Amino acid sequence: MQRDFTRRRFRATERLIEAGLLAAAVAAIAIVVAIVAVLVSQSARFFADVSIVEFLTGTRWTPTFQDPEYGVAPLISATLMSTLVALCVAVPFGLLSAVYLSEFARPRTREVVKPVLELLAGVPTVVYGYFALLFMTPLLQRVIPGLPGFNLLSAGIVMGLMIIPYIASLSEDALRAVPTGLRDGSTALGATRLETAFRVVLPAAASGVTGAIILGMSRAVGETMIVAVAGGLKPQIVTAPTQEGATVTAFIAQVAQGDLEFGSLEFNSIFAAGLALLVITLVFNFIAFALQRRFREAY
Amino acid sequence: MAAPFLAASERVKGRNLRDRAFVYWGLAATLVGLGTLVALVADLAADGGGRLSWSFLTSFPSRFAADAGIFPAWVGSLFVILTTAVIAVPVGVLSGVYLEEYARRNWLTNAIEIAVNNLAGVPSIIYGLLALGLFVQAFAMGETVLTAGLTLALLILPVVIVATREAVRAVPQDIRQAALALGATKWQTTAHHVAPNALPGVTTGVIIGMSRAIGETAPLICIGAATFMAFLPVKAPGDPVRYTVEYVSPAAAQRNPDATLTVRATNETTIQYPDGRLVTLTPGERAEAPAGADVSTTASLSDAAASWLPWNWLDQPYTVMPIQMFNWTSRPEAAFRENAAAAGLALLAITLLLNGGAIWLRYRLRRRIRW
Repeated sequence: MQRDFTRRRFRATERLIEAGLLAAAVAAIAIVVAIVAVLVSQSARFFADVSIVEFLTGTRWTPTFQDPEYGVAPLISATLMSTLVALCVAVPFGLLSAVYLSEFARPRTREVVKPVLELLAGVPTVVYGYFALLFMTPLLQRVIPGLPGFNLLSAGIVMGLMIIPYIASLSEDALRAVPTGLRDGSTALGATRLETAFRVVLPAAASGVTGAIILGMSRAVGETMIVAVAGGLKPQIVTAPTQEGATVTAFIAQVAQGDLEFGSLEFNSIFAAGLALLVITLVFNFIAFALQRRFREAY
Repeated sequence: MAAPFLAASERVKGRNLRDRAFVYWGLAATLVGLGTLVALVADLAADGGGRLSWSFLTSFPSRFAADAGIFPAWVGSLFVILTTAVIAVPVGVLSGVYLEEYARRNWLTNAIEIAVNNLAGVPSIIYGLLALGLFVQAFAMGETVLTAGLTLALLILPVVIVATREAVRAVPQDIRQAALALGATKWQTTAHHVAPNALPGVTTGVIIGMSRAIGETAPLICIGAATFMAFLPVKAPGDPVRYTVEYVSPAAAQRNPDATLTVRATNETTIQYPDGRLVTLTPGERAEAPAGADVSTTASLSDAAASWLPWNWLDQPYTVMPIQMFNWTSRPEAAFRENAAAAGLALLAITLLLNGGAIWLRYRLRRRIRW
């Protein structure tokens, strides 16, 4: 495509078209700039009233109290707890699925299973929220007596189920990218398929698989509806998954639902929370991309 | 000599057994994912299947759970999605084409690619905050169909761009070279030869993006989707219409504070003046109304037809299906949760249908096309 064969009289239109296409492509940059600008400028107003030190080190989040405190730790703790629960569900099941689909399943099975997993990824998150609150929580309450109606355990488990297809599909891609020669070598040395899968293929795909898990994690951190519906809205430092707790996203959703006064401290606080969320997810995404690039370059 | 041999063969047997057992373990783990889908649908059907009826689809929300329906919700979803598609599809497809066919390796291209990759990983609620800060607060666009459609368009833009790029990349180089060799310009090559071949792949991506936009809730919560809508963005003949007399600009009102507007009645019309006076007009009558007067009437056929023009519904308040479901789910009464389940079933049916269609299209594509 390097050589230009166009005739001169077409050049002007061609240039115009290219400029138009470029304008469309620049939209992506504009959106990124807009996101950062809005979050940073609104957060700056928030941090004019609340010190960054208090925000980062405080342990109480009570924006609606008479004497409000803005320590982000309770929100972060709930986010980490629900993410941890989600990973405990999604990583084992996701990885086993990926190994099975890539190393063991017949092509026919894979052709049926993969589309269904993709379908699962298309379920609206508010439906998962309903499922967590009115199916998973009552189910768990039978096993764990005294479990509150809102808890991070049930929200986390359902979030885990939600990201299984994501982790499974991305990990499977990483596993299948491992060259067949490694498998053949292992088999020639007398290893079974299972041993080959877990001792040769999985380690060879480690960076890709880790990238998949981190992307899943970033999904869980940013997930809003499941935790807003089923996780509870009480901002407290959570130490056990059975507790109720407001995640960063649930807090934003809760405040945004009410009648907001533009420019009030509470209004600005959701942007500060959003900025924290954006930084966390971008760091995760960056690590995941770096890892995935490594596994692509390896072979 | 026999004993270690036996032990070794026992070990091999054990290893082979574990190998075969894993087939079932792996299958079981995979079925957890599939089982979730089944459980989800079964749970919703058990809770809300009984509520799903024609009247549920054609009723407005109500304080009484048994009378409530999702009419404004699905109509709202339709209008919002239409707005989203009109914005996101051209921008997304054109920028995907640019990146694959035109972009040179330079800093700008790199910046665009980094932006697209990062946008795909930004949590959806962040788009809600962006829209709240920019569209609602800074641009004062209000809580309207346009704001919602625009917000969701930004959200699905990376999906459309990535799908377009993949589809365009899959078109073999020979086709481009053949077109260029015959004297076609770059744009002629792209529009007449690359685009038609990439179309099915692009369509798949667009459908998946649309289905994602239909199910999104979090960003719309941020920009204040209405949770209780007693009317539609468009009107049918006979629907009640209320408006307050205003002036085109505050400046005009300042020039003449006593200016009035002529209200011409097509149907029976009631005008409530600012001083509390009520005047009823019969069809055909006219009256002068000052600023602040409330006019109540019913929509005529032409009013109803006009309300379908985009600029008449883009600035209307709206609600969408996931917001309606979220609202009902957060209510404590069991009857409303049945409604939530029924709304969830409808929502799930739409998204699964769209996703299923997209996946089917892609698989058919893979099988049919042999470059």
